[in-house]
Amino acid sequence: MSILKHRETLLVAVIAAMLALIASRFPGFVTPGNLAAVFTDTAPLMILALGQMAVILTRCIDLSVAANLALTGMAVALLNTVAPGLPVVLTIALAIGMGALMGAINGLLVWKLDIPSIVVTLGTMTIFRGIIFLISDGQWVNAHEMSANFTGFPRIEILGLPVLAWIAIIAIAAMGLVMSRTVLGRSIFAAGSNPHAAAYTGIDVGRTQFAAFVISGALAGLTGYLWIARYAVAYVDIAGGFELDVVAACVIGGISIAGGVGTVAGAVLGALFLGVIKNALPVVDISPFWQLAISGAAILIAVAFNARAGRSKGRVILKSAEHAA
Amino acid sequence: MKSFAKLLATAATFGLMAGTASAEDMRIALVVKALGIGFFEAAAKGAEEAAGELGDVEIIYTGPTDTTAEGQIEVINSLIAQRVDAIAISANDTDALVPTLKKAMQRGITVISWDSGVAPEGRQMHLNPSSNPLIGNMILKLAADNLPEGGDVAVLSATTTSTNQNIWIDEMKKVMPEYPGINLVATVYGDDLADKSYREAQGLMQSYPDLDAIIAPTSVGIVAAAQAVVDAGKVGEVNVTGLGLPSEMAGAIESGASKSFAIWNPIDLGYAATMIAYNLAKGDDEAAPGATIGMGRLGEVTLDDDNTGAMADPFVYDSSNIDEFKGIF
Repeated sequence: MSILKHRETLLVAVIAAMLALIASRFPGFVTPGNLAAVFTDTAPLMILALGQMAVILTRCIDLSVAANLALTGMAVALLNTVAPGLPVVLTIALAIGMGALMGAINGLLVWKLDIPSIVVTLGTMTIFRGIIFLISDGQWVNAHEMSANFTGFPRIEILGLPVLAWIAIIAIAAMGLVMSRTVLGRSIFAAGSNPHAAAYTGIDVGRTQFAAFVISGALAGLTGYLWIARYAVAYVDIAGGFELDVVAACVIGGISIAGGVGTVAGAVLGALFLGVIKNALPVVDISPFWQLAISGAAILIAVAFNARAGRSKGRVILKSAEHAA
Repeated sequence: MKSFAKLLATAATFGLMAGTASAEDMRIALVVKALGIGFFEAAAKGAEEAAGELGDVEIIYTGPTDTTAEGQIEVINSLIAQRVDAIAISANDTDALVPTLKKAMQRGITVISWDSGVAPEGRQMHLNPSSNPLIGNMILKLAADNLPEGGDVAVLSATTTSTNQNIWIDEMKKVMPEYPGINLVATVYGDDLADKSYREAQGLMQSYPDLDAIIAPTSVGIVAAAQAVVDAGKVGEVNVTGLGLPSEMAGAIESGASKSFAIWNPIDLGYAATMIAYNLAKGDDEAAPGATIGMGRLGEVTLDDDNTGAMADPFVYDSSNIDEFKGIF
C-alpha cells in the first residue's frame, strides 16, 4: 500500500515540477484559466483512462476504446444531421448505451469464448473502424452540419469550468465510488490480483471482466459524443491511435498491466501527466521531432518504475518465505 | 445490385451515343474515378460548359460505380469499342490502366489524364489542378491579402514528414520576400489529427498573442485550427486559411474564423481537361515537352519534360461562393 501511495504523491510531485519548468519558459501556462483549459482538454483522456483502468485491473486490456469512441461519435453525429432537434441528454444516453453495447461484445468474447482480450479488442478495433466507414461512406460530418446544441453543450460554463470538465469530474467521482464502495469494484480488484482465489470466494472472474469491459465501453461511448462535439468534426480516423495514449496514461498512473494493482487517482494523474505534456509542448517551443521522443521516454520511465515496484514486492515475499523456512 | 448499376451506366452511355451523336460531332469521354462523387459531378459540369462553348462536342461522362482500376478498364474498353475521339481520365491507378490506354491511343484516340494521373506511357499529357509553386504562393497570398499592414503568420502543417505539405511550405518560404511585412513566426505540426492540430493551434495563439493568421495547408488542420480560434474567442483577430474542402470549411467561413481558403476548382478542371482533349484530338495542338495547349477561358497550359502541366492557381473560396460549392465536394 505504501508503494501505491508513493506512486501518486510521486506523480503529483512530477506534475508540479513539470508545471514549474514550463512556467519558467512560458509563464502564461500556469495561470488558473490555462490550467483549467488543460484539465478540460485532458478530460476525454481521463474518462477513457478510468474505463481502461477497470479493464486492466482484471488482467485484460481494451484496445478498442478509441475505435469505440470514433464509431459512437460518428453515429451520434450522423443522427444529429438527420434529427438536429434531439435533446443533448438523449444523445448522451444513446452514446453511453452504444458504447456499453460495444464493450459488452468485447466482454462476451472474453468471458464466454475465453479469447485473450488483446486479440478480441484488436479485432473489434478494426471492425468498429470498418463500420464507421460503412455508415459514413468515408464522408466527413462537418461543423456546419451539426446543430448548435450538439456542439455547444460541452462548452457551456458552470462555475467557471466547461461542462466537459464537469463530466470528467463526475466520472472520476463515480468510478471512485464504484471501485471502493461496491461489490463490483472490489470484485474487479480480486479478479485481477488472484483469479483463482477470487473464484474460490464466489466471484465469477469472467463476469467481472465482462462488467469491466462494459464500463470501459460506456465511458468510451460518452467520450465519443464529447470528442465530436469538442472538435466539431467526425471522420473515420478520428482519435486514431488514441487507445495507446489511454493505456499509457494507466501505465504511468501505476496501474499494473499484470492486473489487480491500481487506483482511480493513479489513472487520473497518469492522464493529467500526459495532458500537461501534450498541452505544454506546443508552447515551450520544442522541436516537433523531440515531442514524440519525450512522450515515449515518459512512458518508459513509468514502466520501469512499475517493474521495479513489482519486483521488490516479489523479493520481499521470497525473503520472508526463506526466513520462515 | 452493383453490377446492375454498372449495366445501367453502360446502357446510359450507349443510349446517349445513339440518341444525340451526329456524324461530325467530336465525342470526348470524361472518365472519372467513380460515378456519384460530388467532385467529379462538378467536373462534368465544367466539361459540359466547355462543350457548350465549342459547339461541335459531345461529352460522354462515365466511370465505374466504385473506385477500382478494373472498373475503369471495362469502361475504357467500351469507349474504344464506341470509337470515341478522346478520353480524359482521372485514374484509380497509375500503372494498371496503361495497357488499355495504350490500346486506345493505337486506335487513334487522344488520351489525357487529369486530377489523378497515369504513367507517361499511358497518356499524351497530364493536367495537374495546380503546381507546388502556385500552391505555396496562394496559401501565403490568402493570409497576406487580409493583412494590408503586414503581420505575424504561423503554419500548422500535417506531419513533419508529409511530402506535399513540406514542398508547399518550402515554396511558400521562397515567395516570402514578395510579401513585405508578413513574418512567419512558427511552423508547427498537428499530425493530421483533429485533437493535436487543435492543441497546436491553441499553443500558437498562446505563444504569439499578436498572431494574425494561421496557414494550414491540410484539410484536417485547417478545420481544427478554425475550431480552436472560435473556442478561444479570437474570431476576427486570427484568420485561419490554407487548403481545405468547401464542405468541411463551410462552418468556419460561417463563423468568420476563416475569411477565405483555397483548393482546386473541379468545374474548371473538367472544363480545362475537355478543352485540352478537344485541341489535341483536333490536331490544333500537340502534346510535347515545352508545348503550350489552349484551355479556353483559362488560358494556356505549358507542358514540362513529363508532358505534365498545371492548370491554374488554386481557386479561392470565401463567403461569396461557399454555399454554391459546399454541396459539391
